[in-house]
Amino acid sequence: MAAKITASVYTSHVPAIGAALDLGKTAEPYWQPLFKGYEYSKQWLKDEKPDVIFLVYNDHASAFSLEMIPTFAIGCAAEFKPADEGWGPRPVPTVIGHPELAAHIAHSVIQDDFDLTIVNKMDVDHGLTVPLSLMCGQPEAWPCPVIPFAVNVVQYPVPSGRRCFMLGQAIRRAIESFDTDLKVQIWGTGGMSHQLQGQRAGLINREWDNAFLDRLIADPEGQAQVPHIDYVREAGSEGIELVMWLIARGAMADINGGPKPIVKHRFYHVPASNTAVGHLILENHT
Amino acid sequence: MALNKPYQDVPGTTIFDAEQSRKGYWLNQFCMSLMKPENRTRFKANERLYLDEWPMSEEQKQGVLTRDLNRCIAAGGNIYFLAKIGATDGKSFQYMAASMTGMTQEEYAAMMLAGGRSVEGNRFMGEKSGEKK
Repeated sequence: MAAKITASVYTSHVPAIGAALDLGKTAEPYWQPLFKGYEYSKQWLKDEKPDVIFLVYNDHASAFSLEMIPTFAIGCAAEFKPADEGWGPRPVPTVIGHPELAAHIAHSVIQDDFDLTIVNKMDVDHGLTVPLSLMCGQPEAWPCPVIPFAVNVVQYPVPSGRRCFMLGQAIRRAIESFDTDLKVQIWGTGGMSHQLQGQRAGLINREWDNAFLDRLIADPEGQAQVPHIDYVREAGSEGIELVMWLIARGAMADINGGPKPIVKHRFYHVPASNTAVGHLILENHT
Repeated sequence: MALNKPYQDVPGTTIFDAEQSRKGYWLNQFCMSLMKPENRTRFKANERLYLDEWPMSEEQKQGVLTRDLNRCIAAGGNIYFLAKIGATDGKSFQYMAASMTGMTQEEYAAMMLAGGRSVEGNRFMGEKSGEKK
């Protein structure tokens, strides 16, 4: 008996997508092409229903102000409420955690030399709830427990792609050493190219984003060596969120000598408000 | 030895690093306080009075009062924190983004619909005038 990672999901987590869903705007011409790109994914998630989702995201000055800035924070609580980001909390279900698996992962990953911050009380913002909405629609309850894993990508220096990729490998080892049969998915969220500040706001780099997707699939080890400055220059100051995708990618079986994952779905769309939206589903072989 | 900050030659961009964060601590914490409805009400009733409760620099206060987000960022503000001022004003994120670029919101929205701002000519300071460093 052991838990295993069955698949990884990658998606942007633009707040305006959450607002479009919550305000019933999904059929509007502006939003329709975006939500169409997730139709396959919603059915796939129903068919491949995981027991737990390990969800890598970043907080946007909601749970963490400048009082404390943890680089890697794992949510070990029994539940996490949607945060009030200034417009009232999103009308979405409370996120139910998996404290046993989360505590196990924290223990294992810290012993594996990654100094995680353990969080037992935390609200979760659009970074976590928008991916759930995109993949699950608008259910009464989320389909399974979720372990929130918050990465600091707001204050520089943020963790390097290389370190994120290695962390993903440590998370895989941790999950596989949990003595209960659980199907676990790992999601990496944020990006793609966008810049929300200064005279360069509105930057989008379609070519770079698609090269990132290609390389994340075929050569994640190479992508993990790309320095921050390339993300900033080419994909905008907030494009740096993409390092979080490398955590999910590092947890896949091929990084540990297994076969290459199966690409189940790939989608790219510009724009969602200020941002390029990218989405991938990679499955491990069973 | 000086810290490595290779991002300082990216045009129209201020990276919120530990140095900016230290400069902007109270400005950003003031923004954070606007997450609470009672604080939003007090701020809106008398902005200057509310700002004077915070140990912010006069430059930071002026940046907030004039809603000049570029000025706020130069003084240590971070966009995710500053966005809470916009939320208090009932403005969209796209409005705030446009306000930093010198474009109207309509022009900015049209640029995004057309695929966004191109990276060509926007990678290095002075690149447009051929002074690439």
